[in-house]
Amino acid sequence: MKISPAEDSQAMARKVGIIAVLLAVASICEAVAIFHPISESHRSAALELFSPVAGSFSSLEEAYEALRTFEVLGIEKKPDVKDHTCNSVVDTLSLMSSNSRDLYHALRVNGLLKCEISNEALTGIVSRLKDAVKDATSLLDYYHSIGGLLLIKDQSSEVDVLLENADGTLRSIKALSQSDGRWRYSSSNPESSTRAAGLAFETISGVISLAASAIDETLIGTLKKDIMKLFDSIEKYDDGSYYFDDKHIDASGHQGPLSATSAVVRGLTAFASTSESLNIPEDKILGLARFFLGIGVPGNSKDLYYQIDTLSHLENNRVSVPLVLSLPATVLSLTSKDKLKVKVSTVLGSSAPPLSVKLMQVFSSGSKDASVLNKDLHFDPKEAIYSLDDLPEGVDIGEYVFAFEIVLSDPEYKRKFATGGRTKVPVHVTGVVKVDNAKAAVLEGDVVESEKKLDLPGKNDLALSANHLQKLRLSFMLTTPFGKPFKPHQALLKLRHETGVEHIFVVENSGRHFEITLDFLGLVEKFFYLSGQYNIDLTVGDAVMENSFLEPLGSVELDLPKAPEKATQPPPQAANPYLRYGPKAEIAHIFRAPEKRPPQEVSFAFLGLVLVPFLAFLVGLLRLGVNFKNFPTSAIPATFAILFHGGIAAVLILYVLFWLKLDLFTTLKTLGLIGIFLMFVGHRTLSHLASTSAKLKSA
Amino acid sequence: MGRSPATKDDAQALFHSLRSAYSATPTNLKIIDLYVVFAVFTALIQVVYMAIVGSFPFNSFLSGVLSCVGTAVLAVCLRIQVNKENKEFKDLPPERAFADFVLCNLVLHLVIMNFLG
Repeated sequence: MKISPAEDSQAMARKVGIIAVLLAVASICEAVAIFHPISESHRSAALELFSPVAGSFSSLEEAYEALRTFEVLGIEKKPDVKDHTCNSVVDTLSLMSSNSRDLYHALRVNGLLKCEISNEALTGIVSRLKDAVKDATSLLDYYHSIGGLLLIKDQSSEVDVLLENADGTLRSIKALSQSDGRWRYSSSNPESSTRAAGLAFETISGVISLAASAIDETLIGTLKKDIMKLFDSIEKYDDGSYYFDDKHIDASGHQGPLSATSAVVRGLTAFASTSESLNIPEDKILGLARFFLGIGVPGNSKDLYYQIDTLSHLENNRVSVPLVLSLPATVLSLTSKDKLKVKVSTVLGSSAPPLSVKLMQVFSSGSKDASVLNKDLHFDPKEAIYSLDDLPEGVDIGEYVFAFEIVLSDPEYKRKFATGGRTKVPVHVTGVVKVDNAKAAVLEGDVVESEKKLDLPGKNDLALSANHLQKLRLSFMLTTPFGKPFKPHQALLKLRHETGVEHIFVVENSGRHFEITLDFLGLVEKFFYLSGQYNIDLTVGDAVMENSFLEPLGSVELDLPKAPEKATQPPPQAANPYLRYGPKAEIAHIFRAPEKRPPQEVSFAFLGLVLVPFLAFLVGLLRLGVNFKNFPTSAIPATFAILFHGGIAAVLILYVLFWLKLDLFTTLKTLGLIGIFLMFVGHRTLSHLASTSAKLKSA
Repeated sequence: MGRSPATKDDAQALFHSLRSAYSATPTNLKIIDLYVVFAVFTALIQVVYMAIVGSFPFNSFLSGVLSCVGTAVLAVCLRIQVNKENKEFKDLPPERAFADFVLCNLVLHLVIMNFLG
C-alpha cells in the first residue's frame, strides 16, 4: 500500500506521512506507538458483525456477546430482537433439563434485557444452582453456577442467594490451582491454562460476595498471592502492551491471547471489587489496556466482544483506571502552521479527570538523547484537547519522537488512575523544501559548453545536444524551511530513449548541493550505442517533503558511435507493457505417428502362404501311410485315449481364448485344472500303450 | 576333360544313396522329420513376410518364429529319444518321450501365446 511519494501532490504527501508513521514505529526505539481509544469505527463494526440472523441470535451466549457490546458502545437495541431473545431466555430458564451453563447464559442475557421473570421462577433456579454448586467437580461447573447465583443477586433483591459453605467451596476451587499461578479445569485433566486462572478468580470473587458468613482472611491472602504469581507469566510486546497467552489449546476450544487476557482482566477486576489493596503495578494495567486498544477494530464478533467487554471492565475498575494519550494527527505541516494537539481520555473514550500534559522531550529520528523541555500544553475545554501553539525551537522537517507526561491535578487520583509515566509518540513534521540554483550544463572536458538554468519544481523544456566525448551535468540545492541542508529519500535522474529504453541514475549530494555528471564516454556501452533523443526526468521526493516532484526537464540529443558487431542488444520493449503478461503462443501436442502397416491384401496372401506348409505336412503324412492301428479298441483305454486327445485340444482352445480375450491369471488357473486332468488321462493312455507294445515285443 | 559330368554323376550318385538310406528309416521317425520340415518352412515364410512389410509388431514376429523353431527343436529331441538305434536312450520308453514332447510343447505355446500380443 505504500505509494511512491515522488508522484504525489501536496495533499497526498500528508496522507503518505500518516502511513509512514507505522513504519516509523518499528524504526524508532521501543515503546513508541500510538493507541487510540474506542471510536465510531468500533460502533459501525459492531453493527456489522453482530447482525442477528432472521431477528434472533443462534445461541444465548452469542446473544449476550452482541447485547453486551451494544450496551458498552451505546448502541440501541432493536425491539423485535429483544422479544425473540426474551422468549428464548424464558424457555431456557423454565426447562428442567437446562444445566448450569445454559442457566448462566440465560441469566446473563436477562441481566441486559430485563425480561419478565417471576420471583418464584428465580427461587427455583436458585435452588437448582445451589445444588449444582454442591455437586460441582470441574472449574466450569463452579463458574457457571456461582456466576448464575451472582446474576440473580443483581437482578432481584428479594430472592435469597447466600451460600452457606462458602469456605468449603473456596477450598475446592483453590484445590485446582497450580504453583505457577495457572489453574486446571478439573482434577482429572492435568492441563492448566491462564484462561482457567481468570475464570477461577472471577468465580472466587463471586463466592466471596455471596458468602453468608465472613471468609477466612488467610484464604483471601493466598488468593492475592496467586494473582501476583500469575502476573509473573505476563508477556510483553515492544510497543508497551502486556498480555497473557495460553500455550496449549484448552478444552473449550477458546485459544489465543485475547480470550486468556480477557478472562484474567475480568477475574482481576471482579476480585478487586470485593476487596481493596490489590497491588498491580500501574504500567501493567496500562499495558493490558494498550494490548486491547492495539488490535484496532477486530474482524470477527468474538474478538470484538473480548475487546469491548475487557475495556469496559478496565474503564471502571478498582485497581487503577488506565488513561490513554493519543494524537488526532501525527503529521504536522510547517507550511500550514499546524498546532500540536493531544487528547487524553479513558479507554472507552470518556473524559479524563483534570490533568495537565507536558511535552518533556523531542527526539529526532535515530537519536537517543534530547534536552528536557518541560513545556505545558494548553487545555481547550470545548474540544477537550491539549495543544501547543508553537512547536519547540529547532523542530525542522523530519521524523521525531515526542515524549509526553501526564500530571494529574488532584494527587488523590494518582492511585486511582494509571498514566504510564512518559508516553512516546512518533510525529512527522512536513514542510516545503526549497529547490534553487538548479542548472543543467553540457561539458567538453571540464569546460562548460552550454548551460541552462532550470526552474524547479516547475515546467522546463531543455533542448540540449551532446556527443559521446562530452558530459552532461545537472546540479541543484535543497534547503529546509529553517535553512538547513536536506537529503531526500529519492533523488533520481532518468534518461529515456525514443525507443523506450530507460536508464536511471542516483543524484549524489554533499550537504545542500546535489550534483550528477553523466560522462557519456563511459556510458556508451550501457546505453547500448543508441543515438537519438533522450527525454530527461528528475525525481526528488521524501515523506516529509510536501513538494516532492517528478518533472520532465526536456530532452538531450545524444550522438553515440555505431554499435560494434558483438554489442549487446537493448532489451526489447513491449509495445504495451501489459502484453508481457498476455497469453503466449499455443503449443500443439504432436502425437506419435502410428506405424505404417502393410496393405491388407499382402497380409492375407501371406496368411494363406503360411498355411501351405501345414497342408503339405498333412499330405506328406498321408503319403507316408499314417494309420490309427495302434488306437486302443477296448472300451476303457479307448475313452482314455479320446480324453487324452480331447485334453490337448482343450488346452489349445484355451490358448486361443487366452490370445483373444482372457488374462494370464484365469488362463493359468484353467490350465492348471486341465493340466491335472490331462496328466492323469495321459498317464493312463500312454502306460496302456507302453504295456501293449511291451507285450508285443515279448510275444 | 569330363570333370563336370563326373561331378554331376557323383552328385547324383550321392543323392541316390542318401535317398535309399533314408527310405530305410522307420515310419515314425519319418513322421517326425516331416513335422520338423513343416515347422521350419513356416518359420521361413514368416521371416520373408517380415522382410517385406517390416518388423512393426516385433513381439508378434518373434513369437511366431520362435514357436516354429521351438517346436522343431522339441521334435528333434523327440526323434533322438525315440530312435531305436540310439544306445543312450535304450531304456527310455517312447511313450514317455512323447509325453515329454507334448508337455514341453504346451508350455512353449503358453509362453508364445502370452508374447503374441
